[in-house]
Parts: sequence; C-alpha cells; structure tokens
Amino acid sequence: MASALFFYLFSVLAVAAGASVILTRNPVHAVLFLILAFFNAAGLFVLLNAEFLAMLLVIVYVGAVAVLFLFVVMMLDVDFAELKAGFIKNAKIGALIGGLVLLELLALVGYKGLAVSPVMSPTSPVPAGITNTRALGEILYTKYVYYFEGAGLILLVAMIGAIVLTLKHRQNVKRQSISAQVARGPATGLEVVKVPSGGSVIPPPAKHPEAAE
Amino acid sequence: MLDTLQTFMNDYGWNLLVLIGFSLLLLVVLLVIIAFLLLMDRKVWAAVQMRRGPNVVGPFGLLQSFADLLKFVLKEPIIPSGSDKVVFLLAPLATATCALASWAVIPVNENSWGRWVISDMNVGILYLLAISSLGVYGIIMGGWASNSKYPFMGALRSAAQMVSYEVSIGFVIICVLLCVGSLNVTDVVNSQKTGIGTHIGLTNSLLDWNWFALFPMFVVFFISALAETNRPPFDLVEAESELVAGFMVEYSSTPYLLYMLGEYVSITAMCAMTTILFLGGWLPPLDIWPLNAVPGIFWFLIKVVFVFFMFAMVKAMVPRYRYDQLMRLGWKVFLPLSLVMVVITAAVLQFGGFLS
Repeated sequence: MASALFFYLFSVLAVAAGASVILTRNPVHAVLFLILAFFNAAGLFVLLNAEFLAMLLVIVYVGAVAVLFLFVVMMLDVDFAELKAGFIKNAKIGALIGGLVLLELLALVGYKGLAVSPVMSPTSPVPAGITNTRALGEILYTKYVYYFEGAGLILLVAMIGAIVLTLKHRQNVKRQSISAQVARGPATGLEVVKVPSGGSVIPPPAKHPEAAE
Repeated sequence: MLDTLQTFMNDYGWNLLVLIGFSLLLLVVLLVIIAFLLLMDRKVWAAVQMRRGPNVVGPFGLLQSFADLLKFVLKEPIIPSGSDKVVFLLAPLATATCALASWAVIPVNENSWGRWVISDMNVGILYLLAISSLGVYGIIMGGWASNSKYPFMGALRSAAQMVSYEVSIGFVIICVLLCVGSLNVTDVVNSQKTGIGTHIGLTNSLLDWNWFALFPMFVVFFISALAETNRPPFDLVEAESELVAGFMVEYSSTPYLLYMLGEYVSITAMCAMTTILFLGGWLPPLDIWPLNAVPGIFWFLIKVVFVFFMFAMVKAMVPRYRYDQLMRLGWKVFLPLSLVMVVITAAVLQFGGFLS
C-alpha cells in the first residue's frame, strides 16, 4: 500500500521531470529538472531494495556528473533559434527512433501482457541474510571480476585520452614553484641595501631594443 | 474506506507519525545547539584575537544568536530584478534542506533503548557522502540565479573546490570502511570498541578508535572537511577581499539566514562524521568506572564540540589559501596520499591476518 503510493509518486515525478527537461526553454532549468529525475530514479531503486544502487546514482550522477552539466550549461551562451532549426532538421530521425522504441515496448506488452504489475513486489535479487552491498560485492568481485576490471581499464584509457587531447605544454608562461615559495625565508627573500643619500639603488631602466631603433 | 485507512495506519501511518516526532525533536535540539555553537565560534575567534566577542545580548552574550535570528527574519528580503526568482529562492532552501537531511542517519547513542538515530539504514555512510555532495547545488544555483559577476565567480570556485575535496573524503571513508566492514554508521562506531588499544591491554579505550590506527587519514579528513564546508582557510567561495561575499552577495534577510544555517548545520554534520569515523562516537575514552557511567550522548556531544572547537581555532589562526594552492593540495597531495593509504590499509588487513 505505502510502497505503491511511493512508486506512483516517484514515477509520476520522474516522468514529469523528464518531460520538463526537453520542454523547458532555459537550459539551466533543464539540468535542474534532470537532477529531479535522477532523484526520483534513486527513490525507485530504494523501493526495489537496491539501496546501494540508489546511493551510487545520487553520488555519481547528481553529485558529480550533473554538477559538470550545470557548470557547462551556465557558461555557454546557447542560441535558441539555432537549436530549434536543428530540431526540425533532425525531427524525422528522432521520430523514427522513437517510433521503433515505442513499437518494441508495445510488442513486449503484447507478448507479456500487463499481468506484471509495476507495483508488485519484484523477486528480490538479494539473498536473505546479507545486505544489498555485500551481495553486489560478492558477485562483482568473483564471477564478474574480469568484466569489472575491463570496464575500469576502458575508463582509465578514456581518462588518459582526454588528458592527452587537452594537455598543452605552453612555453613562455610564468609558473609558480610552490616548493621554492615555501622554502623562501628571511635570508633569501630579504635584501638589506645601503642607499647613498641623494642617490638611488634602483638600476636605470634598460633600453628596450625596439625603442632604440 | 475506513477499513483501508486503518490498515494503512497500522502498516505505515503510526511509524510515520513516530518518525515525524523524532525528526522534530532532533531538529529542535540540533538548532538550539547550533545557536550556541555559533556563539562559541565567535567567542573563540574573539579570544584568539584578544577581543571580547559578542557580550551584549543576554548574560555573556548567550542570546546573541537568537537576536541575529530575529534580525534576519524581520528584515525585508530583497530579490534582484534581474535574477531568476524561482532558482534564487530555491537555492538557500536546497542548502538548508540538504544540510539538515544528513542528520537523519547520524546516530548519537546506543543503549538498552536501542539506537538513537532516525534512520538506521544499511548504507548510511554512502548516504552521508551523497548528501554532502549535494551541498554544492545550493551554492551553484544561488550564484547563477543572482545574475551578477561576483556570485557567479564564487559559485564556480565552490563547485570546483567541493568536487575536488569530495574525492579525498571518499577515499578516507573507504579506508575506514575497509577496517569496519560495514556501511552502517552505528556499526562503524561499534567496531571501534576493539583495535590497537585492546591488543596492547587497554580494552575499549581511546587507542582503539580509528584516529590512532589511521592517523594520516584523520588529518586528511579533517582538512578536507574544512574545505568541503567552505570554512576558513578554504573559504574562497566568499573571500571578502576578492569577491565581496561570493555567492551570497545578493542575498539578504531570511534567504541569507538559510544559507548561514545550512553552512553551520553541515559543519556540525561534518564534526559528527569526524566523531563517528575516527573518534569512537559515543564510546567513553577509557572503560573505567566514572567514565563509562556517563551516558553515551554526552561523550558524543563533547567530541562533536571538541572537533568544532578545532574548526574554530583553524578559522582564527590560519590565513586564507590562494586558489591554485587549494587545488594543488586537493589533487596533488591529498588524492595520491589517500589512494596510497587505501592500498596500504587493504594490504595490511589482507596479509596481516585481520580478516577472519
């Protein structure tokens, strides 16, 4: 009863937030709605007794990925007219893909029927007596350990690739050496000079080579 | 209809009412404690600078925080005409709500009545990590919605800062979890009853707590907690010499109050996390008569106030970091250090025979 109430609350909010992501005009609002959709998806995970996945969804997607989305979207100056032109150009392909997915869904419903109620408690994937996190860990690090390490390797390669693409060693840029700054003490940072009265210790400005021409 | 209502109430409703009651109790106690912690913060700061601090409202200035509260609530809220009004008002609410939500899984005691916590969930530590990573949204949203230069720069700084230090906090928590073997917050505290102290003969003492076994991680966590809550010396988000007041420039009255409240609630939550992860939560420092007769909640409070005192002392004594130094500390010092410590901790646990 209560879980049904929460299921409909979370799913209605998730669908409404998802629709708002593409309907709203302001891109920052769209990202905020996307975050709302993530939250509701996390709520649905909790209802499925998958609390570890729910927390990971919030940490990874809301805590890190969506922050970067928001970062980028805030700093971009989005041209809406151009976006709309692109929308009409790509509408046919979009409609084709959307129609295909809809057909697949309809076929699935036609084959299985609506007997599987969404509210019905799912067959619990967690063996009794151990927590959700432990169950995931026990299968991820034993049976699927090579897939897990493969995924980690692919992410590492992607990260190194992104760094290689963006890293530029620019010459002629003054950089700070933190160790030199920290090591600087009164002995090296301070100089006591005798100033002759009426004179100056500041050397006269060197003549610029271009000015001399 | 009445029948359905009755089954609903029996299955769910009474639990909900009890939960709401406990949550309200926690909120009221927490907010009153925070009012005095805020005063303590200012008093400690003043004492270091040889000033008196607030001493006018009430005896010794004890009512200063309440006077400030009234002042902020009664002032006129000014909303800039160029701002995005909904997001502008949503941002401080998000900050305060996220900060308060983290207290739902923080246990303050365990005795014959049970565990003193609103939600004793299996993944409590992950929940705390998730909620603390949400704190950045209030700041980004506020900075963007103000539609002004300084708030936006403050918000961008804070986003980069908080995302950076979350990484090292995550690795520190992994270190602790490797020693504990559970994601439940109460289990984290209970696992600290045995440890190094028990091996050398001081059973259930302060040497059993994680700060002793994982001392480098304790230091890293404390500094990262300062950065995560935008406390000095990492308060570049509101560096007044550079950004006026950072993301809070355009805020006034109650929305500003909500930001301040959210900041202090998340600071106390971080103090409580330090207490739970490293300082043994509500466990007494020595298992001898006068100390272990004191109720656990007092030990918990004393430890939280002690960590808060350290936060206040850091604020009073350490000058503000430069932005590139902050990023260097987070990515080039803390990240490798905590990563190496995760490997060392795992290796010691695996090959030292600590895993049964």
